[in-house]
Amino acid sequence: MRRAILTSQRLLAVFLTGMLLLFSPIVSLFDRPLFWLGIPMIYLYLFSVWAILIAAMALIISSSQK
Amino acid sequence: MLGGPLIVVTSFLYLGLLFAIAYWADRRADQGRSVIAHPTVYALSLAVYCTAWTYYGSVGRAVQSGIGFLPIYLGPTLGAALWVFLLLKMIRVSKSQRITSIADFISSRHGKSHLLGGLVTVIAVVGVVPYIALQLKAVSNSFTILMHYPDITMPGSATALPIWQDTALYVALLLALFTILFGTRHLDASERHEGLVAAIAFESIVKLVALTAVGLFVTFGLYGGFADIMQQAQEAGLLQSMMNATSVSDQNWFTFSFLAAMAVILLPRQFQVAVVENSSERHISRAVWLFPLYLLLINIFVLPIALAGQLAFPDGRVDADTFVLTLPIAHGQEWLAMFSYLGGLSAATGMVIVETIALSTMVCNDLVMPVLLRHWRTRSVPADLTAVLLRVRRGAIFGILLLGYTYFHVAGEAYALVSIGLISFAAVAQFAPTMIGGLYWRGGTEAGALAGLGAGFTIWLYTLLLPSFAKSGWLPMTFLDSGPFGINLLAPQALFGLQGMNEISHTLFWSLTANIGAYLTVSLLRPPNAEETAQASLFVDAMKYDRPAIGLWRGNAEVTELKRLASRFLGRDKVDTAFAEFSRNRGTGYNPAQPADAETVHFAETLLTGAIGSASARVMVASVAQEEPLGLEEVMGILDEASRIRAYSKELEQKSRELEAATAELREANTRLQELDQLKDDFMSSVTHELRTPLTSIRAFSEMLLDDPRIKLDDRKRFLGIIVGETERLTRLVNQVLDLARIESGRGEWTTGEVDLAQLIRQSIETTGQLFRDKGTEVETRIPEGDFRVWADRDRLLQVMLNLLSNAVKFVPAGSGRIIITLSGGDEDYQVSVADNGPGISAGQQEQIFEKFQRGDGDNLANPMGTGLGLPISRQIIEHFGGHLWVESPPGKGAIFSFRMPKGSAKLPASETGSSDEPAYIDRG
Repeated sequence: MRRAILTSQRLLAVFLTGMLLLFSPIVSLFDRPLFWLGIPMIYLYLFSVWAILIAAMALIISSSQK
Repeated sequence: MLGGPLIVVTSFLYLGLLFAIAYWADRRADQGRSVIAHPTVYALSLAVYCTAWTYYGSVGRAVQSGIGFLPIYLGPTLGAALWVFLLLKMIRVSKSQRITSIADFISSRHGKSHLLGGLVTVIAVVGVVPYIALQLKAVSNSFTILMHYPDITMPGSATALPIWQDTALYVALLLALFTILFGTRHLDASERHEGLVAAIAFESIVKLVALTAVGLFVTFGLYGGFADIMQQAQEAGLLQSMMNATSVSDQNWFTFSFLAAMAVILLPRQFQVAVVENSSERHISRAVWLFPLYLLLINIFVLPIALAGQLAFPDGRVDADTFVLTLPIAHGQEWLAMFSYLGGLSAATGMVIVETIALSTMVCNDLVMPVLLRHWRTRSVPADLTAVLLRVRRGAIFGILLLGYTYFHVAGEAYALVSIGLISFAAVAQFAPTMIGGLYWRGGTEAGALAGLGAGFTIWLYTLLLPSFAKSGWLPMTFLDSGPFGINLLAPQALFGLQGMNEISHTLFWSLTANIGAYLTVSLLRPPNAEETAQASLFVDAMKYDRPAIGLWRGNAEVTELKRLASRFLGRDKVDTAFAEFSRNRGTGYNPAQPADAETVHFAETLLTGAIGSASARVMVASVAQEEPLGLEEVMGILDEASRIRAYSKELEQKSRELEAATAELREANTRLQELDQLKDDFMSSVTHELRTPLTSIRAFSEMLLDDPRIKLDDRKRFLGIIVGETERLTRLVNQVLDLARIESGRGEWTTGEVDLAQLIRQSIETTGQLFRDKGTEVETRIPEGDFRVWADRDRLLQVMLNLLSNAVKFVPAGSGRIIITLSGGDEDYQVSVADNGPGISAGQQEQIFEKFQRGDGDNLANPMGTGLGLPISRQIIEHFGGHLWVESPPGKGAIFSFRMPKGSAKLPASETGSSDEPAYIDRG
């Protein structure tokens, strides 16, 4: 039970991190007419954050099931 | 070569395949080997979220606003992180009360109100109809485009065609038929459709693979990868919208994310797959990351396709919403185009089927049932209501799809796909305050929920739905521009003069403000009544209760009556099985003659809730049970009691755990005591045995002297000598027993100080010198120069030394004995060894000789040479000063007794005063 509470709090932390990275002025830092690896910076940034959030959630879930 | 017949046949084959999968999954479920009881299938079924809107519409949106298509998927990703709280609670509440729809959820939460369930149903139907229209539009458009392969022609305006030539109509009718076959073949008390879920999960795979195939073809077949396509788009000036540094910062970014995060659990079809069809709470945890991953994968190629489409059709003649299909057509990839069409078909059919089933359940339970119940109050009720329910649902499915078609026909042309979807999202967002708020706030009442939903829905209608009609020409455009009757303040898309927002954000702000405001205000006007309080407690405390709070019912009912009632809606067999299982779980058989208790009535009501909704179930059960309404005071009392009992039982558990721990400790202490007792007994019997031997010989010789006065003087002297020797031995034994007892009990008296080991050894040799000479033993010392001071009791340490030396003497052969005493220093301690050339000690005896009354000289009891306490005492002394005493005996080389003492320091208390006893006589054994 304690383990489940820890997992849900970790997921809450992911949620807050996601809010910060996607819906705060931090986004505007990457919202610039620049290219990274030939791909618009903002596009690459959003997909990277997205992938990292998913990986973090998967990691938290899998560690809770051990 | 593609053509109408081939496309039609393929579509039917695809639908047939879906049906086969559903049939197979249903069969497996009946055999108890469910295919959908798997977390991955659950996550895939949630992907019914991705409809034709995602499939075709995202590309259109990307063309319009660059990365503007992403919030629809980023919102649910973040929302998923909270599912372990929110979705879990919704599932637990719904399972425990057999809630099968959103309408039932909201109505049940606010006191099982028919009115509320009806309102939610109306909102859901009206709100979702545009969304269904969107799917019809997508399917019929994609069909028409594919028909004209290899030409690319945009479908003309549907309104221009006579209605019987409109593909969308046939699509709607076909889907209605298909949905009926899927969803309403039989009536299930829990509204679960295993086959349906399996088919939906399969469709999720098809649409993902199809869109990815098109994406791969475009990105790597037509262009040289992501960077290449971006480069060419940049040169053509297509990335302007993404490069203007404000693409994210406009307000829609957050609004759309929020809307999507709400919609992913509040849309009727999402509620159906996420909550109603959920087979295990544990599946949520996989869905938390797998579902967002699915969303990520299906979006990777959206932007490349959008850019490639614009590069391929620069004149804007081709609708961006069709790029997924028209790009393969333009490049002559007929099979890819066909596959792409099937992907779109699967996205659309999945959505339509689940959505209409969910809506039909609501329409049946919350709109039609209340009317029927009223109708039956005056007329006789049909015996078998199962068929009636099924007919109602089938009718509802047809009705909803025809409504969708009508909307498509009326307003569908004015909007791009994404805008239509957002209209629906804004409608279902109206459920958030009552649904999510109601899960955590006890104060919400029926009136509050009605007011909130009513206000929010009205504003949605006025600011979003009516304008969509106006844009289609059904209402004058002046209505949009300058408000009704020229009142500018009431202009639908700039309500109260609020301008500068896009229409969705505008609607969302006003409708949610009104919704939450009315819900809170009206709820707070008066306290919740008994029924509302009871239901609020079931929802808010769902994670605390293990099972629904029964006991909130009082009255008279017959079990047979309840069963007859349930059978009408569910069929006799199902009800019999359910009741049998219920009484088995309770561990009691039921007696039909007995009146039903509260738990049974509750069970019957829950069973009915699954079939006809909570409000109707309440009414039906009340019709066969003479219910005595509970007052608010009583409900509060029962709830208080429940929470008090919970607290007590927690306390009890705690106490019993403590008791168990204490018992275990006591048991351990007892075992230890018994061991000690046993040791003491052994010791006592050894001591008495040792005492008896000298006493026996003293007595024997004394009696001889007493009985026979004629004994010669020499003999007398000899006898008396023996008696004196034995007495000495007795004294020694008693002294040593006392000594040992004192040391062991920690009451020994110690005089500690610095002791020079070298000097100690020399002194001990002097003391025992006579012994060595008597036996002709050679003594050799190996003492290096230096400082060998330790912290110890000098007399006690001497006692140890004397004991070791006298032992050694005892065992060396007479005349040729040789004893070597070695002193050496280590880093932290000094070591003293006494080596002899006696017979040695066998490996088995090396530890034994340190035990009490164990002698190194075997069982020579007739003439024992020692008391058997010398070595145990020596070991105790050395260990007292932090040292260690042990023996080594290499075979044939005699014995080496050694001890180590830590180097001298003043760590020990300097003056443990007290007189040392007269040094005991010490010997080995």
